[in-house]
Amino acid sequence: MTEQDRPDPRQSGNRYDATSAAERRDDQSGTTREQAMAGAIGAGNPQDVGQSTFAATTDSLQHTMGKDRPESGSYTFPAFDSHHPPEKDLIDDCVHCGFCLPTCPTYVLFGEEMDSPRGRIYLMNKGLTEEPMNDTMVRHWDLCLGCMACVTACPSGVQYDKLIEATRAQVERRYERRADDKAFREMIFQLFPYRSRLRLAAGPLRLYQRFGIGDKLKKAGVMSRLPARMRAMEALMPKLQKEEKIPEHTSPTGERRRRVGVLTGCVQQVFFSQVNSATVRVLAAEGCEVVAPKSQGCCGALSTHAGREEESLNFARKTIDTFERENLDNVIVNAAGCGSTMKEYAYLLRDDPEYAERAKRFSAKVKDVSEFLQEIGTVAERHPLPVAAAYHDACHLAHQQGVRQQPRKTLKQIPGMEVKEITEAEVCCGSAGIYNMVEPEPAAELGERKAKNVLKTGAQMIVTSNPGCMLQIQASLKKMGREIPMAHPAEVLDASIRGEPVETLLDGRGLQG
Amino acid sequence: MERGQLIRAMESILGTEGVVHEREQLRSYECDGLMNYRVIPDLVVLPETAEHVQRIVRTCYEEGIPFVARGSGTGLSGGALPVESGVLIVLSRMRKILEVDIPNQRIVVEPGVINIWVSQEVAGEGYYYAPDPASQIVSSIGGNLAENSGGVHCLKYGFTTNHVMGAEVVLADGSIVHIGGGKAPDAPGYELLGALVGSEGTLGIATKITLRLLRKPEAVRTLLAAFEDTEAAGDAVSAIIGGGIVPAAIEMMDALCIEAVETAVHPGFPEAEAILIVELDGPEAEAEDQFQRTIEACEEANASEIRIAEDDAERALFWKGRKAAFAAMGRISNDYYVQDSVVPRTELGAVLKRINQLGEEYGMRVANVFHAGDGNLHPLVLYDNDNPGEAEKAEKLAGDIVLTCLEHGGSLTGEHGIGEDKKKYMPKMFTDDDMATMQLLRCAFDPHNLCNPGKIFPTPRLCGERPGPFRMHPVQKAGLAENF
Repeated sequence: MTEQDRPDPRQSGNRYDATSAAERRDDQSGTTREQAMAGAIGAGNPQDVGQSTFAATTDSLQHTMGKDRPESGSYTFPAFDSHHPPEKDLIDDCVHCGFCLPTCPTYVLFGEEMDSPRGRIYLMNKGLTEEPMNDTMVRHWDLCLGCMACVTACPSGVQYDKLIEATRAQVERRYERRADDKAFREMIFQLFPYRSRLRLAAGPLRLYQRFGIGDKLKKAGVMSRLPARMRAMEALMPKLQKEEKIPEHTSPTGERRRRVGVLTGCVQQVFFSQVNSATVRVLAAEGCEVVAPKSQGCCGALSTHAGREEESLNFARKTIDTFERENLDNVIVNAAGCGSTMKEYAYLLRDDPEYAERAKRFSAKVKDVSEFLQEIGTVAERHPLPVAAAYHDACHLAHQQGVRQQPRKTLKQIPGMEVKEITEAEVCCGSAGIYNMVEPEPAAELGERKAKNVLKTGAQMIVTSNPGCMLQIQASLKKMGREIPMAHPAEVLDASIRGEPVETLLDGRGLQG
Repeated sequence: MERGQLIRAMESILGTEGVVHEREQLRSYECDGLMNYRVIPDLVVLPETAEHVQRIVRTCYEEGIPFVARGSGTGLSGGALPVESGVLIVLSRMRKILEVDIPNQRIVVEPGVINIWVSQEVAGEGYYYAPDPASQIVSSIGGNLAENSGGVHCLKYGFTTNHVMGAEVVLADGSIVHIGGGKAPDAPGYELLGALVGSEGTLGIATKITLRLLRKPEAVRTLLAAFEDTEAAGDAVSAIIGGGIVPAAIEMMDALCIEAVETAVHPGFPEAEAILIVELDGPEAEAEDQFQRTIEACEEANASEIRIAEDDAERALFWKGRKAAFAAMGRISNDYYVQDSVVPRTELGAVLKRINQLGEEYGMRVANVFHAGDGNLHPLVLYDNDNPGEAEKAEKLAGDIVLTCLEHGGSLTGEHGIGEDKKKYMPKMFTDDDMATMQLLRCAFDPHNLCNPGKIFPTPRLCGERPGPFRMHPVQKAGLAENF
């Protein structure tokens, strides 16, 4: 790929612009000098990056460095083949300065080089010519959450997102996972992207039993991590609520300003359909004609982030097909991970002659709901909601899409609403797509860390823009015996526009699970 | 001891999760912030307590295995470069703040604690930790101590050495000693602390460090001045300091540097051949008076533009641009080679001119960002490692720059340390006797040359001929001499 073809983060509007960082927080504690320092790595405040003196517990370390991580013995040399290996010139952008370390969740937990962005890049570089694809290399790439905090932090503009995605696709093709690991992952990918299957399987025990996984996997291996993984999955699953049906077509209130599509998604629609209906109502109230095609499916985010290349491209093509027909001004997404992937379609489908151009046009239309609302400006009246809410940055919204101010602004436009900032805002909560299911130990520690920081804000509720984060934070709080109501910014805005009392956001809004 | 045995011995101290021994993993430790030198260590260990460090070092001592300490691995002179067949002791898991003692203006931390954590810990009380290297958000206090780190504010507040009050150190034989004072500000006897700070890990491994805390200044004033050439900016620096003002910081960046940071963090710097960032702090009246005089000095030196930071946000923006400078180089060049020479302030203009000439002669770009107040230059030689021969050429140019600085009465390093990178220049600055005297001290601490061997001095002598496992000196073997 030539320099010209490569989307440049410096040009692309999707990316985080470090200039805005210092303006981001209202509660700028710390001295100017410290803020300047934090600014150098893209954080608004030193409080936003890894703070604590807390290293991972032995249990978690055992699964990374220690002996408890099962291995398959798979070996291929060199690590990468010629089909989209992590690009050498992207790797060379890294000058090994280490500025990524304090925002990397695994470095914060483990304090070792292989589980840091620059360490992983170093291993990629070695994998190009000198080292094999084997258990050791793969474990450190697997342990990456893909939160992209390092992309924000990197002063040299290293495109780690592209590097790790390329690496993961190679891992999935060239590395033979252990039977139990493979089966567990397969189960996830046969389940989550499909609404109908997810609905059926949503009760965790039903899921466990239905697929007979327990038995199958007992046969598979001795040192299986299955029990921990299943426990993590069960803990995450909320109880199914009555699913709110999303109309395929919704007319705007008042004059039509835009015609937009809405991605209702897979996990979002099954577990959080109320977020989708709120999104549609808000968009309609702001003068949008809303189309939610019935035929839409998964956008492919989970598969993309896990390196399942073919699967993810198929999901991408289908999504483009579905929305293209509708002649839309914009495609609105309310899940951070989905939005970031859909903005990436242009890159993912760059080799596909039939789709490359279409994907480019499609990606340009994709907006996160808060991003879109701030762009078109508000017309609907906001009614007061006197509540203090902690806003949690979803990694794929903040780091990957650079959307930080917009959701905060959206909330602050509501009279009476107070937005609290969470310490270590840059550090991932541990949800990270399928991460909390496949790497339950570090994910649980990050979740607990995030939950503690959320509690410290003293906020009455948590607002965040990603279903995965909601499940993760709620599960972590529950483990600590706490419960805090959670909502998506669209739900909060919906309540405000409809003039609902604040209690509707607070009462019984912990995710029942 | 066989490698397998050593691994088991270390695992018995640290558990399996504290020992890195697989080849691929070890590769990620083969260099620190300076990528020009790479050595794969035999083993990496990650201790969590001082006792761990002691037991690791004692094992190494008994087996004659050399070891190197490493913090966050951001050093720019290869100070934490591993030695072959040696153990790399990584202190990044020792990150506890042990004691905060505001009435005595001190704080006790473990070596893996990140520089900025210290200031954050005491910010609420109105205190801070003064040394602020550009890497302060990631570099560790242990590493700062080893390299005697400076930072943009060291012109007024001094280097790490002025802020370390005491340390608990594991010596090369595994004994634990306490160097420097306790709660009282002064300690009798030899000032060993001065020797320890900046010893680049050759005298021992600090496991507990007591730092001095300072009260935050009442007022801070910052300005940014643009100039049409670096010499004019240099004149302004001389005029400011010659006028009896000691600013908290005076930083200079040249056009290439400005371009890099503009791309990276968009601080909105003016287009100019050079910019100065000057910061004054202290009591309100004093800072204000000196600030006005600084503005006058810049105007007299024909500054094309002067911007005054109106508020904290603007001040933060100035500094953001400055602090991202090194790391932002990746935006305009694949690789860079950074130097850290110091020249007398009065020679700044002449040296900068010569550096430009050298760049032209070599046909290579040299970016300059530096602590102008104390003449600490950071010329960055830009090159592309993929072009054969360019790395060597860059190194040679960097070497010529160093020699130029020495010719003007300068020094090899201001704050990055000698490490692996600059040891070959030591004889240019010191006589054999000078260096032998330094080595006497080193040998007193580390007679078997196990503690970060091969760094600082071009040719180890007296206490061992070369890095690597301990071998007896031929003279000793012959029974003619004993180790120090």
